[in-house]
Amino acid sequence: MRPAQEREPDMLDKPWNNRAWLFVIPVLIFVLFSSIVPMMTVVNYSVQDTMGQNQFFWNGLVWFQNLLDPTTDIGGRFAGALVRNLIFSLVVLFFELPLGIAAAICIPRHGWKVGATLVLVALPLLIPYNVVGTIWQIFARQDIGLFGAALNRLGIAYNDTQDSTSAWATIVIMDVWHWTGMVALLSYAGLKSIPDAFYQAARIDGASRWSVFRNIELPKLQKVLVIAVLLRFMGSFMIYTEPSVVTGGGPGSATSFLSLDLVKIALGQVDLGNAAAMSLVYNLITLSICWIFFTVMTQIERRGTV
Amino acid sequence: MRIQGRNIGIIVYLLALFLPIYWLLNMSFKTNGEIMSGLSFWPHQFTLANYRHIFTDPAWYNGFLHSLTYVALNTVISVTIALPAAYAFSRYRFIGDKHLFFWLLSNLMAPPAVYAMPFFNLYYSIGLFDTVWAVALAHCLFNVPLAVWILEGFISGVPREIDETAALDGYSFPRFFTRIFLPLIANGIGVACFFCFMFSWVEQLLATTLTTVNAKPIVAVMTRVYSAAGMDWGLLAAAGVLTMIPGGIVIWFVRNHIAKGFALGRV
Repeated sequence: MRPAQEREPDMLDKPWNNRAWLFVIPVLIFVLFSSIVPMMTVVNYSVQDTMGQNQFFWNGLVWFQNLLDPTTDIGGRFAGALVRNLIFSLVVLFFELPLGIAAAICIPRHGWKVGATLVLVALPLLIPYNVVGTIWQIFARQDIGLFGAALNRLGIAYNDTQDSTSAWATIVIMDVWHWTGMVALLSYAGLKSIPDAFYQAARIDGASRWSVFRNIELPKLQKVLVIAVLLRFMGSFMIYTEPSVVTGGGPGSATSFLSLDLVKIALGQVDLGNAAAMSLVYNLITLSICWIFFTVMTQIERRGTV
Repeated sequence: MRIQGRNIGIIVYLLALFLPIYWLLNMSFKTNGEIMSGLSFWPHQFTLANYRHIFTDPAWYNGFLHSLTYVALNTVISVTIALPAAYAFSRYRFIGDKHLFFWLLSNLMAPPAVYAMPFFNLYYSIGLFDTVWAVALAHCLFNVPLAVWILEGFISGVPREIDETAALDGYSFPRFFTRIFLPLIANGIGVACFFCFMFSWVEQLLATTLTTVNAKPIVAVMTRVYSAAGMDWGLLAAAGVLTMIPGGIVIWFVRNHIAKGFALGRV
């Protein structure tokens, strides 16, 4: 819990030392091996076509032109998946942020209950993605699942494999179930760094609960919430396993997001050119969004917390 | 009264969280006959057969062993190589540091789906395909940058005066780093290990793509229940329950630092 004032001078008089590069080299080797080498393969495929038998020839930018033109088959698929994915990311953020902050405010501050609650809140984060999918696949079934059966008993026409509204609702609820704990833990860390004196001062002033939240808690949460938005946006933007288990992208292509579509094209249809072009564009989009967040985050850190 | 409201809030939240897990647990103790015969809120014919199957069938328990092996390898590799780098980012400025840091983070955000196909080619061509090493190395793509990010946050919380004092006291850098510095950031190292464990344990797409037989992880073995004879729901549920246990144990160890850990040491 180091206050921002301490960090500020620390950032300014960090000494210049280019030998620090030596410390970074092992990381560099590992990450280069894992990112640049595979990316070269993708770039390679994205500008070539094949007639089979491992014979490739130069294909220029045709794959990219097709991909970015929504009137072509692949372009339409890509545009559809991109729009669905963006809507999905915004919807889950809309639910997870307020719910996570509310849960964080409710987490006890003292005694043995703190540790127990934190462990329980964090538990869904440590369940393998396909098991999360399995849990909800079972839970949402109309015959043997509590959720699906209960909704149908209540007279709600719910069927997550046939009806696209039900499928979307299931995927969104599943994601909220899975990841709200992370927002809650981040917010809890932010809240804990608020000194008790702030609350006492607010009590003396007779401040309402809302104004305590608005004027004391929310500003202090700013930094962690930027991290939460970054991690959750990126996480939902590259979601693959959970929907692939629960809906498989269906019904039709109603829940087919970017990663699901890409895996279908790359590993299912082994359509290397289209898959490679899609990979690069997809990666470029995530990179740009990541850069925006990173800039915002360094700005906030430089300013120090409010 | 306000405390009362908060308690109710957190209880409702936890109940909602555990409802689907309760249903999975409930199902794992049932026979398939009972599962298919309708809803019941507790197992009427309580059975451990599903769990017994997993612990006696080598295909199943080896799945667990493979997963735990590559997760452990990945955690050790990631945290070990991330430590010096995090120290460098936290303590010094050097040519290209900001760009390098951003580039590292961008790998954390790269969609695994993009890497599935090229990783398959890469690890196939270097002869590591279908080994735990392939998965352990592949997961370095996001776990190394994550470990650097977390450790950098925690290291920046240690005042630099400590480094300087140790140097004045005649400590050589390696001795200072291992004897004084590492114990100071022990919490940060624990948290970094926890996150590497977590993201390697839950990942499914790369782990499944890079293995076929010899290193098949539990998340891939679980697809065995989708057989021609129909779904084996009880077995699937039991396997699901078992995959939650390692995570539960690991969180317990870091429970006091987990909140700060999720904030990546940045509060």
